[in-house]
Amino acid sequence: MANPLKSLTPLGHDAPITETIGAVTITENTGTALASLAARLGYEVEVASIAQTAAIPLPGPGRIEFAETYAAIWLGPEQWMIEAPFATHEDITAILKPIFTETASITEQTDAWVRFDITAPDLPALFERLFNYDLRRAGVGAATRTVIDHLGCYVIRRADTEVSILGPRSSAHSLHHALTTAAKATF
Amino acid sequence: MSRISGGQIDRSKTLRFSFDGVSYTGHPGDTLASALLANNVRLMGRSFKYHRPRGVISAGSEEPNAIVELRSGARQEPNTRATVIELFDGLQAQSQNRWPSLKFDAMAINDRLSPFFAAGFYYKTFMWPAAFWEKIYEPIIRRAAGLGSLSKQDDPDTYDKGFLHCDLLIIGAGPAGLSAALTAGRAGARVILADEDFRMGGRLNAETLEIGGASGADWAAKTVLELGSMPNVRLMPRSTVMGAFDHGIYGAVERVSDHLAEPLPGKPRQTLWRIYTKHAILAAGATERPIAFENNDRPGIMLAGALRAYANRWGVAVGEKVAVFTNNDDGLRTVADLKAKGLDVTLIDARKGDEIIDSAGRLGLKSITIRRANGQTETLHVTALGVSGGWNPSLNIASNHRGRPIWDDQIAAFIPAPESIAGLTCAGAAAGAMSTHAALTTGANHAIAALADLGLNAIADIPQAEDAPLNLTPAWYVHSGKGRAWVDQQNDVTVKDVKLAKQEGFVSVEHLKRYTTLGMATDQGKTSNVLGLAVMAELTGKSIPETGTTIYRPPYTPVAMGVLGGRARGHDFKPIRQTPSHKWATEQGAIFVEVGYWLRAQWLPRAGETTWRQSVDREVLQTRKSAGICDVTTLGKIDIQGTDAGLFLDRVYANTFGSLAVGKVRYGLMLREDGMVMDDGTTARLGQNEYVMTTTTANAVPVFRHLEYCRQVLWPDLDVQLISTTEAWAQYSVAGPNARKLLEKLVDQDISDAAFPYMACGAITVQGTRARLFRISFSGELAYEIAVPTRYGDAMIRALVEAGREFDAVVYGTEALGVMRVEKGHVAGNELNGQSSALNMGLGKMVSRKKDSIGMVLSQREGMTAPNGYRLVGVKPVNPSETLTAGAHFLAKGAAALAENDGGWLTSVVYSPHLGHSIALGYLKSGDNRKGERLRSVNLLANTDVEVEIVSPHFVDPEGERLRG
Repeated sequence: MANPLKSLTPLGHDAPITETIGAVTITENTGTALASLAARLGYEVEVASIAQTAAIPLPGPGRIEFAETYAAIWLGPEQWMIEAPFATHEDITAILKPIFTETASITEQTDAWVRFDITAPDLPALFERLFNYDLRRAGVGAATRTVIDHLGCYVIRRADTEVSILGPRSSAHSLHHALTTAAKATF
Repeated sequence: MSRISGGQIDRSKTLRFSFDGVSYTGHPGDTLASALLANNVRLMGRSFKYHRPRGVISAGSEEPNAIVELRSGARQEPNTRATVIELFDGLQAQSQNRWPSLKFDAMAINDRLSPFFAAGFYYKTFMWPAAFWEKIYEPIIRRAAGLGSLSKQDDPDTYDKGFLHCDLLIIGAGPAGLSAALTAGRAGARVILADEDFRMGGRLNAETLEIGGASGADWAAKTVLELGSMPNVRLMPRSTVMGAFDHGIYGAVERVSDHLAEPLPGKPRQTLWRIYTKHAILAAGATERPIAFENNDRPGIMLAGALRAYANRWGVAVGEKVAVFTNNDDGLRTVADLKAKGLDVTLIDARKGDEIIDSAGRLGLKSITIRRANGQTETLHVTALGVSGGWNPSLNIASNHRGRPIWDDQIAAFIPAPESIAGLTCAGAAAGAMSTHAALTTGANHAIAALADLGLNAIADIPQAEDAPLNLTPAWYVHSGKGRAWVDQQNDVTVKDVKLAKQEGFVSVEHLKRYTTLGMATDQGKTSNVLGLAVMAELTGKSIPETGTTIYRPPYTPVAMGVLGGRARGHDFKPIRQTPSHKWATEQGAIFVEVGYWLRAQWLPRAGETTWRQSVDREVLQTRKSAGICDVTTLGKIDIQGTDAGLFLDRVYANTFGSLAVGKVRYGLMLREDGMVMDDGTTARLGQNEYVMTTTTANAVPVFRHLEYCRQVLWPDLDVQLISTTEAWAQYSVAGPNARKLLEKLVDQDISDAAFPYMACGAITVQGTRARLFRISFSGELAYEIAVPTRYGDAMIRALVEAGREFDAVVYGTEALGVMRVEKGHVAGNELNGQSSALNMGLGKMVSRKKDSIGMVLSQREGMTAPNGYRLVGVKPVNPSETLTAGAHFLAKGAAALAENDGGWLTSVVYSPHLGHSIALGYLKSGDNRKGERLRSVNLLANTDVEVEIVSPHFVDPEGERLRG
């Protein structure tokens, strides 16, 4: 196995970059593996039980929940996006499928998304010019689907001063441009 | 006379500015209007039609006259109101609608010719001869029409758009708005208080009235300070709420940088906010209206409240000798305040029968003629005159949803009807409550009511304030003489024009407006609408409410187009999607084409190639000769799982899928409910209950949406889960006789024909990296599609190119892809046009009758199965040197180019380097049994008429031997 394929970040760099604009930092995060998890019809109870045993949180609508290894974002009825460290879970479906067996449908989503982690003392002031979601009211643990400059994105409030945006990977540059432009306009 | 004592300007700082090239000075806190008046400049513009000399008449956004061009170069902005321009150092302004200068305007000849230019003159004058309209009249009118001029350069500034959320939006920060904000803010509600002025306080800044024992302006400042300290209150000065939209959404334009010479780096000039609120209070105050009399439009004649505002807020006396003409007690306030400033003020009280019947002064007011109640006339030398005919509540926003205002006799004005807009209430002068006490009380009470709805308790704490009645006796216009009395100064509409409209039958307000232009243009008749209506009412002998009223659409004041567009300009108009090979392709100098948001390599020129055809021909020939690589990531990929996934596919595809074995791929044809083809693609079975469907690039989203609809709405009983994986995998097609050899260098598994036959699929590894391999072909060659997680996509294209070097493999773009698919007779976007059936495409046999599927039944309709319907055919020119054009229609030899002779059309045309001539696909009536026939392909637009032969659509390898190789 000579020359294993070298990965590129969604912005086309060898390693994730961080940009600081005034009080805002925007960091590309490639360290998370993602998989969608959807309960098979009739197996909703089993999925909840298996997830609990496996320490995979399954939050309700509009939320993200964190556990030691896994975190999960509610995507739709009986459907979640599971996060795990990329370093240990690159082939995340190969890890999750044996856990859930035929009770759930699991699909790798890691590289479907670009993730930007944004920190700022006043995040709502930044994002009110980017999406129509009331971040001032949404506390830590809020996670929802929204639209930024025509791009369907997930916004995840990880901490009071930290938000992650999951956007379509192919539009990483457009999304990054929207974020940096708004940061310059805000602070 | 100019500056007097007092005012809310910072006299410790001096700002320099220029008007029509002359330099002046002012102070922070000044508007352009107040600074010009302070410099004894009363003449600020020329009227639209007659080019009459005009000065400022108001101190707010209602200004019809003092309209100037602001700034220069690319930032030049026409039609800005001097009354709301916040003065900044270096401000440049020019008067407009005059030539050669403001003082001497040659176009003022129109004023002398005014008898010819009465209302509606253009409807009558430019009727004959008809032939003159386009060549003569219209160009003349276009040149004469319009105010100001555009720089015609790109706007160098940026604009933002954003979203705000609150419990209570308060529109206007006068006494009512401040009182409401204070009440709601102290109760803990999320409040947005927006005001168009740069200083909050509304009329309190222009008055000497007291609130709670302090000056009104001080109370306002103190209140703004308290509100500013509340984290739950957002103060938005310089922000005009310009309209009420559906479901509690209001639009507001924040002028972020208009008070600066240019925006700070990165900062927008303006921001358009969409404010989502549970409740709103309209506290926009009221607009004073004039009384019309002869020559009431001279510079120096203004609204009495404005005259008072300039003195109290800006420390400006427009004249030392002043008169005030009023029909209400508010006018008396102007008299008192100006006297207190030491000015010589004469009162003409219409309620006592005194009237002004004329004025004099060519470029500015010099004198007025007064007719006393006893009939005696006298001339009074004054340089400033304040006129007050009463106040009209600024109810514009409240009528945005077509709520019709109602007439209030007490103040002789329209007030907003209750519940004009769900969730909106009106307070203070905007609701017709004209005293300071009433403003404070209604503001607080509406806030309490709004908060009660939200379950919050608020307490009113209303300070002491005046509660004097307006004591208004209606007086609209002075009946005297034959001169012109101006109703709408911006559009040069006079009392006579209204009379003429009535005389000619344009009595309805909507007709009056269109016939006379009353209430049009930048001010939308804020000072003139009710006056015009009153004149019409008097003429028709009806009451004003019987005569009608106008309601208002957004925006409240003019909005720059730039802020409506926001950031969506030029490169930022839409996002782009880059393929995983984008970086590599850019390095190669690839030419990109937009496919939706995607940028795909169209062709990749090599050194020495000067035309796109050279590149494309090479890419096609080399792929068919050896190997070609193409980024096909853009095709939609939908992961379909669940125990009913196979059944689901059988229902959404017209052909059978239930029998597809694990590890196999099948071409699928998807119909719409109406039986037309929706999309095509391949679906691979990766596991017992796991499939991945590919769609065309264009239909990736529509197909996903369709499948979700089927899953959630049509068959919720099926165990099927869907998710898009388009972006998750970088996918490349490797095609050509050497495709396998090329891939064998990279793939860790055995992919020989025996181990990985035609239409096989499976998980593999590429030098240890997880990957998927599909043996499918769009080009008709031996071909594979290989997918790796997208982060490895760049490395993968580089590895493929490197591995292909020994075969002289090429990377091809969408043009070569198109050529090869036409050579192979595969349908694509031009054939999948939404109006074509499987039968039309020659794929009729794919529609299985052994099972039910979406569109199957309706695809069997009589009209859809007619034997003489369109069928896909191949087309080539009889003379190979002739070029075909897409869109050309089939005609029989000798047939005229008429619709009834139309036999169909060419859908896709390419140059086949393989065959050395143009080839095409087309839809031809009864095309399936017309092979060998000679027809003409006629394109009347391109003026081509080419003899063609109908052939099989499979130009290359019709038996499919290559792809099974």
